[in-house]
Amino acid sequence: MSLARAGVIVFPGSNCDHDVYNVLKNVMGADTKFLWHKEGSIGDRNLIILPGGFSYGDYLRCGAIAKFSPIMSDVIKFAKAGGVVIGICNGFQVLCETGLLPGVLLRNEDLKFVCRTVTLKVENNKSIFTGEYKIKEEIGIPVAHGEGNYYCDENTLTDLISNNQILFRYTDNPNGSIDNIAGIQNLQRNVFGMMPHPERVSDRILGSTDGQRFFKSVVESFS
Amino acid sequence: MFTAKINISLRKTILDPQGKAVEHSLKSLGFGSIVDTRIGKYIELKINAETKQEAEKISEEACRKLLANPVMEDYSFEVFKNGDII
Repeated sequence: MSLARAGVIVFPGSNCDHDVYNVLKNVMGADTKFLWHKEGSIGDRNLIILPGGFSYGDYLRCGAIAKFSPIMSDVIKFAKAGGVVIGICNGFQVLCETGLLPGVLLRNEDLKFVCRTVTLKVENNKSIFTGEYKIKEEIGIPVAHGEGNYYCDENTLTDLISNNQILFRYTDNPNGSIDNIAGIQNLQRNVFGMMPHPERVSDRILGSTDGQRFFKSVVESFS
Repeated sequence: MFTAKINISLRKTILDPQGKAVEHSLKSLGFGSIVDTRIGKYIELKINAETKQEAEKISEEACRKLLANPVMEDYSFEVFKNGDII
């Protein structure tokens, strides 16, 4: 039995919160709760997920306003103390805006909203997020975003590469992201963000379980 | 009362695909002399402050904390005393 106590943050405009909740609770069997963004604390949760969607309508910049939601100061404190925090899609954008992850997500290079399954290559499987995958394994995970073009300056990119912070790369880049980056972890290896949606391919009824091992890796890291 | 007029633009090093698309359209309309197009944001704030200096300080802080993301954007602003604006 995993000791993970997951909290899925719900912002106004989150729309993948139930998908993530379903995978953690019903597929992984983990203790899982929703956390409304107005709550002042994450309570007894020891795994925080910022789900996909369009928090605050993506106004100003994606994730910029969510960063100041009441619950986020506790999430930032938790992350800085080594707590495990995951951001998927809009959640990744929020993590970049808070500075918990370096860089930013720009408008897709071709200006199009891209919604299809893409192939990711596992670049590092020695992380709590990817331990269940094989190194260089290719998996199919859907993307659905208009602003998923990961960008950082050259020094940051050099650091990401040399510290093995890039966990997933696109094999066929759908958005123009620098160095084909699809997902990165922080230097301390407890915060991770990715644009693709593993929760959408984590239940056999959905046609693929390629994303399931992502959640399995995380949940089992608590046992 | 003061008004801050804030311009936010993508940093020069960042490709602006929206600007490029608009530039192509301008060129096809015959604007051959336009050589670069960048698209940004304009934000106007009404600020209750005693002095222009204080209003500028508030504008600067608003830009730094929320309105612009320094990883990808530059900002500039001008503050006017209300009544001075035509």
